[in-house]
Amino acid sequence: MTSTVLQASHINKYFYEPEKFQVLQNINFEVKKGEFLSIIGKSGCGKSTLLYILSTMDTDYEGVLEVNGSRLTGLSQDRLADFRNEHLGFVFQFHFLLPEFTVLQNVMLPAQKLGKYTTKEIEERAYEKLKLVNMEAHARKQSSKLSGGQQQRVAIARALINDPTIIMGDEPTGNLDKANSNLVFDIFRKISHENGQTIITVTHDPDFAKGGDRIIEMSDGKIISGG
Amino acid sequence: MNLNLSFQIAQTHLLAKKRQTLVAMLGVTFGIAMFIVMISFMQGVNQFLEDSALDASPHVRIYNEVNTQRPSILDDTFKQQGTINIVYHQKPKQQLARIKNGLQMVSMIEQMPGVLGVSPEVSSQAFFNNGPIQISGVIAGIDYPRENRLYDLDSRIKTGSFKSLLANPNGIVLGATLARKLNVRLGDKVSVTTPLGGNITLRVVGTFGFGIGTIDNIRCYTSISTVQEILGKDASYITDIHIKMNDPLQAISFGKKLSKQFNTYAEDWSTANQAILAGEKIRNVMTFVVSMTLLVVAGFGIYNIMNMNVINKLKDIAILKATGFGSKDVVAVFLLQAIIIGLAGGLLGLGIGFGISLLLSITPFDTGDMISLKTFPVIFRAEYYIMGLVFGLITTILAGYFPSRKASKIDPVAILRG
Repeated sequence: MTSTVLQASHINKYFYEPEKFQVLQNINFEVKKGEFLSIIGKSGCGKSTLLYILSTMDTDYEGVLEVNGSRLTGLSQDRLADFRNEHLGFVFQFHFLLPEFTVLQNVMLPAQKLGKYTTKEIEERAYEKLKLVNMEAHARKQSSKLSGGQQQRVAIARALINDPTIIMGDEPTGNLDKANSNLVFDIFRKISHENGQTIITVTHDPDFAKGGDRIIEMSDGKIISGG
Repeated sequence: MNLNLSFQIAQTHLLAKKRQTLVAMLGVTFGIAMFIVMISFMQGVNQFLEDSALDASPHVRIYNEVNTQRPSILDDTFKQQGTINIVYHQKPKQQLARIKNGLQMVSMIEQMPGVLGVSPEVSSQAFFNNGPIQISGVIAGIDYPRENRLYDLDSRIKTGSFKSLLANPNGIVLGATLARKLNVRLGDKVSVTTPLGGNITLRVVGTFGFGIGTIDNIRCYTSISTVQEILGKDASYITDIHIKMNDPLQAISFGKKLSKQFNTYAEDWSTANQAILAGEKIRNVMTFVVSMTLLVVAGFGIYNIMNMNVINKLKDIAILKATGFGSKDVVAVFLLQAIIIGLAGGLLGLGIGFGISLLLSITPFDTGDMISLKTFPVIFRAEYYIMGLVFGLITTILAGYFPSRKASKIDPVAILRG
């Protein structure tokens, strides 16, 4: 019996601009440990909005969000930041590395923020994660000098550095070609199955979604299947 | 909050945009350098003027003020009866400039605490005859050892010596410009006439220069007894008592005390030199206004650059927040950048300010005979440099704080969703 790592209950969310509009309607679901979950749906169905609520960055919603058994709804921004740092990893569509820093520094930053290990240990761990995404050869390069696919792999290494419970992806392959998409998919597959880390991604890519353990399909702010 | 990490990020940001960083830094550098130069120079001028005023004038001077205004006898007699009394062209009373019991006062004041020295003087208007022309001036009879203690006369001597006054009762020491006007040199004779008609011929035993026109132009020194002799007065006749204090600031209250105790007129240096003190205040205000303006301008420069910096770094801020950096960390990242700019620019400014002050202090400045200055007066004091750095840091912190706070309030979702 695997345990639940994320539980969302009765999530409602409204947009107020340009006029009041309900984006999410009574969303209820839970995610098990080690699960590879994809959320799909047409553009504007609210799947990204849902992901950002799950990521704790968006706090303007109704309902209750629990991760790892602790209730996150209502916590202060700074407490949530600390929580994200330790328990959540992110991979975004546009890779979003810090351009002035080297690949290695980009990967190390969240771990330095967490401060659980010495700089030496963090560097070793960062190399380990870079090896996992096959980017260790580029560790000393400025991150802005890498190609899109390479940057995305570095971003995954960064998401993994603190061994988070959940890794979230917002269209992680949305900006990549087929070969790179497959590479990213394989890495996700590996970390969910071998490390038991949970993966939640929002995607438009049906092949990517099919390869996972479960698919939640959304339409007009509601879960229509897989919840 | 991890300051080390924030510092590391701030440093990387600054080094990635070297030119922008340098421009922001130079703003502070210029402001602080100007502040240092202005304050060092202005305070130097203040100090110079104050010194020259204090050096050549007594801290407290006791003398009899000759008052030409006095109530008429008519007024004294009919003052209650509501009459109108008119007296035309009332003449002043015959009044002596002497201080009553002057010599006793000198020895009493000498015993008082806080007094550095007391010197009695007999001074009178005098005419110096040079052929058919008379040049007017002031002849002061002094007790050389005492007067020397007050004004360090020996250091002002140009030719001859003051000491000869002791040996030669008919000796006179002339102001340097006065001697030039009279066309006399050491050993020449000068004829001195007082307004009351006394006349004496004295031998020049020295010339002096205080570097102050109003003194070097008209003043000469001889012994007390010589002046008493020309005036036809006895040996107790004293017109001025000059007092120097250990602390010039005490002179003001001390003067009031003396004036009460001896019932005479006592004037302190701040009253005698009000123009200098007022000028000092104005210069201080000016220095601070100009320096503050420069620093505020530099502050706005930093504010603009930091603001632009934050706008350029929106994505980075969002990513930092997504990976778990709190608002305090983000504030620290940007505030540290401002502080580094302020500190580096400030230190460079102090160096440049010091350099310019140093150059100024060795620049020859020819003022002629009137003022005893060879270079611009500049003061070097650690306080000014500390003050400059503190002001610089405060401006940069203020200028950096608002953009940093803005950065910390950025909603990462809005940026990450694109």
